[in-house]
Amino acid sequence: MSEQTLWMIAVRDNRDKAAFAALFDFFAPRLKHFVMRGGIGSGQAEEVVQEVMLTVWRKAAMFDPERAQVSSWIYQIARNRQIDKMRRENRPLPEALAHEPESEPDAGQVVALEQETSQLKRALARLKPEQREMIEKAYLGELTHQQIKHQTGLPLGTIKSRIRLGLDRLRHELKSIREP
Amino acid sequence: MNTITHHIPEPILAAYAAGALEHPFALVVATHLSLCDDCRASFGAHEVLGGALLEDTAPEALSPDLKSGLMELLDTPFEPEPVFRRSGAYPGPVMAALKGRPPRWKRLGGGVRQTILSAGEAGSARLLYIPAGQAVPDHGHNGLELTLVLQGSFSDEAGQFRVGDVEIADDTLEHTPVAGAGADCICLAATDAPLRFSSLIPRLLQPIFRI
Ligand SMILES: [Zn+2]
Repeated sequence: MSEQTLWMIAVRDNRDKAAFAALFDFFAPRLKHFVMRGGIGSGQAEEVVQEVMLTVWRKAAMFDPERAQVSSWIYQIARNRQIDKMRRENRPLPEALAHEPESEPDAGQVVALEQETSQLKRALARLKPEQREMIEKAYLGELTHQQIKHQTGLPLGTIKSRIRLGLDRLRHELKSIREP
Repeated sequence: MNTITHHIPEPILAAYAAGALEHPFALVVATHLSLCDDCRASFGAHEVLGGALLEDTAPEALSPDLKSGLMELLDTPFEPEPVFRRSGAYPGPVMAALKGRPPRWKRLGGGVRQTILSAGEAGSARLLYIPAGQAVPDHGHNGLELTLVLQGSFSDEAGQFRVGDVEIADDTLEHTPVAGAGADCICLAATDAPLRFSSLIPRLLQPIFRI
């Protein structure tokens, strides 16, 4: 399992502040850059970073390494915070899926998800700069859904198959959660 | 759980994951995700991509006291946000939009009723109640409309829609949905423009009904 996943599990299960500090050191500076790309200044960006990291600490019980990478989980928290702040409305969120926090994570599942994510990252790294730029814009919320509709065909090509892989796996997992 | 055959199209799902979707549509997507494992898995894949981009972002220097300030906050007590659970036909996100209360229906005529969940510049979201076998007045759209079935079913020129199914309509679709026999149909509908009803309610009254 990756360092990040282990830190997050330590935060979730043991309220481990040293592990939280390690997560902060990695994610907070990246989150700040990420949020500032949305067009807000340094000071306000740090407010968002603080709120996001505090949510990571407070909602750690919701983290399920079999279903989400630490970075995916934090990405969604950051998007939620940013939208709530910019639009002054609560972003509609899907119902949380139930999971048993007591049970040991299935290390095989966790590692498989991590491997697929690194394949996805390699696919990202192989994109041409302008394709990469488009993907970043889309996932930073800088494109409208009409723009995404017109762009996805172009830059998502190689990445689509990776998403499909992840999708199949996630679908399997979801099925086993729904039908134990 | 029944089989869902009409899903959220990929670009709309990507826009939702990226936070680029207007509130009324985001409500429909969040509700569909609560009912559909396929789309939830697909959404999960979009989150993975978003997370990968976050990890790849160049770090930005932080103010020196940001970390210590945050570490001090960890032990402060806090109110957990309210969690709205599914109630009857209404999944969690709809219950959140209803603020946990049952819908307060307003008559639209012909037995059709509606409850406005949100209305603003970004468009509107509402619940529609259509008695079994009843037609919703023929209408076109000025913009995008997403309709998600929560109870019963309806059919129109585009096919049959059951619980969990989403119909995507734009200004090219002129359709006449008819609720299936057997059960009254309840839908969650989101539009980014007022509907154009071609009958039943005079155009002048539309601003009053906000439809
Ligand atoms: Zn679906």
